[in-house]
Amino acid sequence: MCGIVGIINTDKSLIDGGAIKEAIRIQNERGNGLGGGFAVYGAYPEHQDRYAFHIMYEGDRTSPVIPRVEEFLRMHAKVYQSEEIPVYPNRRIPAGPHMKRYFLKPLDEFLAPEQTEEDYVIHIVMTINSMEGVFVVSSGKNLGVFKGMGFPEDIGDYFRIEDYTGYMWTAHNRFPTNTPGWWGGAHPFTILDKAVVHNGEITSYGANVRWLEMFGYLCLLRTDTEVISYIFDKLRRRDGLGEEDACSVMAPPLWDDIDRTGNEKMRYLRQIYGSAIVNGPFGIVLTHSDGAIVLNDRNKLRPVVCARAGERFFASSEECSIRLLSPEVDRIWSPRGGEPVIIRMDGKDTPGAAS
Amino acid sequence: MTGMKRNWNSIPEFYPRFDLELCDYRNGCNECARECSFGEISLQPVKGDDGVLRYRPRANHEACNACQRCVKMCPQKAITIIHRPMHSSHHYWTAEQIGNIWRQAKSEGGVLLTGSGASGPQRRYFDHILFDACQVTNPSIDPLREPMEIRRYLGSKPGRYGEDLGPQLRLDVPIMFGAMSFGALNIRVHEAEAIATEAAGTFWNTGEGGFHEKLRGYGANTIVQVASGRFGVSEDYLKSAAAVEIKIGQGAKPGIGGHLPGEKVFEGVSRTRMIPEGSDALSPAPHHDIYSIEDLRQLIFAIKEATDYRVPVSVKISAVHNVAPIVSGIARAGADIIAIDGFRGGTGATPLQIRQNTGIPIELAISAADMRLKEEGIRDRVSLVASGGIQSSADVLKAICLGADAVYVATAVLIALGCNMCQRCFSGMCPYGITTNRPGLAERIDVGEAAQALRNLLSAWSEEIKELMGSMGISAIEALRGNRDRLRGVALNTEELKILGIRHAGA
Repeated sequence: MCGIVGIINTDKSLIDGGAIKEAIRIQNERGNGLGGGFAVYGAYPEHQDRYAFHIMYEGDRTSPVIPRVEEFLRMHAKVYQSEEIPVYPNRRIPAGPHMKRYFLKPLDEFLAPEQTEEDYVIHIVMTINSMEGVFVVSSGKNLGVFKGMGFPEDIGDYFRIEDYTGYMWTAHNRFPTNTPGWWGGAHPFTILDKAVVHNGEITSYGANVRWLEMFGYLCLLRTDTEVISYIFDKLRRRDGLGEEDACSVMAPPLWDDIDRTGNEKMRYLRQIYGSAIVNGPFGIVLTHSDGAIVLNDRNKLRPVVCARAGERFFASSEECSIRLLSPEVDRIWSPRGGEPVIIRMDGKDTPGAAS
Repeated sequence: MTGMKRNWNSIPEFYPRFDLELCDYRNGCNECARECSFGEISLQPVKGDDGVLRYRPRANHEACNACQRCVKMCPQKAITIIHRPMHSSHHYWTAEQIGNIWRQAKSEGGVLLTGSGASGPQRRYFDHILFDACQVTNPSIDPLREPMEIRRYLGSKPGRYGEDLGPQLRLDVPIMFGAMSFGALNIRVHEAEAIATEAAGTFWNTGEGGFHEKLRGYGANTIVQVASGRFGVSEDYLKSAAAVEIKIGQGAKPGIGGHLPGEKVFEGVSRTRMIPEGSDALSPAPHHDIYSIEDLRQLIFAIKEATDYRVPVSVKISAVHNVAPIVSGIARAGADIIAIDGFRGGTGATPLQIRQNTGIPIELAISAADMRLKEEGIRDRVSLVASGGIQSSADVLKAICLGADAVYVATAVLIALGCNMCQRCFSGMCPYGITTNRPGLAERIDVGEAAQALRNLLSAWSEEIKELMGSMGISAIEALRGNRDRLRGVALNTEELKILGIRHAGA
């Protein structure tokens, strides 16, 4: 069991982190203090063309891995700014790993022929994640992820997330079951500008990981959720699938339905992307710079509620969080299993999500 | 020296014992003698108290193979097969080894022949692998309430959207019937396999003995083989099926060819194989046009040309030490499907020493091949089919979790039709009518009943697979392919776990 909340302002108006901290706090029942976290889009407008790397170092500021990582970053990219992420230890979270952020951009001359800048950044992330005692919390442009061990509201206090503003926020309250509770295991999980908060357990993990490894994605964070962000990145960015098709790969229609409707494109997608199917119970909010996707497993084994209030869209494990954020909404509904709700900043939402 | 002449070395281990209190010979019953195809039972004239001559069954002590046919067919349940150990108790010199040497010391000598698959004590890894199940954190799925999908598509698939998909075989159950040739098998068994696979939405494999004219209507569910003997191969033959399989080897006899004794080459077999009646059908050990991987590539593309690239081409190999790089080479040579037949795979006739000592278990082979293809980034370029000793639906699913896209079962097919593992397939005297086309025996297979038995087997295993998936919280079988997370090993060492890619139970 876990709790998730997402706030998407499709007019890109900015709000601070105070609201979502409250919204996830009242879902306290859904977590156990072993993980909480937030993602905020629009956090670093002054660096919006640079990749914002949030990096977590085990130990304190004297950790010997820090100079190794920083040397590695300097060898592979131009680092425009590096700084410690401000933290505010409190009674509930007296200490945590050392957190730094870097704003960087790969140098064009480092790219291999046919390699995109994004592929190169993924390579940097995977290389750092392969090192001992360090991992990349987030790596997207204008995106910041703040997470750790504790209840989400305490993590929020630790990072003082009300000091950040953004047009899109997600939050997660963790109740870990199949993998250990640790700072790096808290949600959201990200790659580039894609972040996932997830309630569930992915029984297809073993098949997904092996497929992803063929394309250079390494799953090193000891938790199942990270596969979703990588699968989505592979399908959307590398293979050029639309959002709805990408969702149909992860939560495909039944073969019988494909036979009946004669949807040959779907048959093709399911045939070639069999290993990208996500099985097991899940409810996710997957965010990226241009919008968000809410998706349930085909059997709807996890709760997700969606709502729209003017230019604001909400998704949550429980309706109470939405009512806290906006007592009055235009529409509130529970999406069906396997049917994605797709929210786009340009307003071209899927029909189900619009009104 | 006279002891030698008493044939001390030729008394069979088994003989039938008749309970003459129950036996109905007094009323003229001679069912057992008619049923015994090995000539073990003769009828002995005895004169009763009433002075009437009657014929009483008697064991000849010459040829009993413990096939149990007489036991099952006796209307009076009057027969028991007695196992008579022919050796002293010794852990090292087992009855089997003593018997083998005795048989070879006899005047006929020669290579010991046998049927079926390896019977040795080597580890059956399937028994050391256990499934996961959902508890608390993750709801299991009830296959009676929720859709549970076990369909597979076999064939080459591109790594990304937009690229062409090769020809595919659609399997509504992830189980196909493995190659067993007409000649080795009764034509009625082929017909039953064809009917059952058509009904279940899967495939059967003709083996290397050609595709009988009478069954060509089942082409859409048939895989035809091209083996080193090229029996029955013609352009029509290649075009008659849903897929073509190049047979390089089989698990029961890796590295050697095939031999259908002339005694089994009757008229229909002769016509279908395109060889003279009564002649031995010998498949050479290698294909004499394939001495290396580039030659295989040429044959694969020759077949694709002949079939207009409309059907997938499979390559079947036996699981040998270097299976992983061999599979990688075959994938790069253009095969759409690779079937790997493990050490336990069966056959109609094989030299005993090859059967017992050559090849590696399918569990290790399929895992190694799957991992190698994944490491090379070409896993989806080819589908993998595992076979060789698959005994149950659980074995099927374990093979899939270890990387197989589907499996072939063959011995299980024969058992479903009554096979009792007497291992005398090569004799052509199969008492159940399965591995013989001999008039009088062949008719023991009723096509309708046999087809129904095979449909039952497929549907029973499908239901069990769905139950196993549901307990693991999996609703689509593609989420299990190579999904070793759902497996744990018990009593396996570190190296074995590494090759299987699984963790030990408790970890």
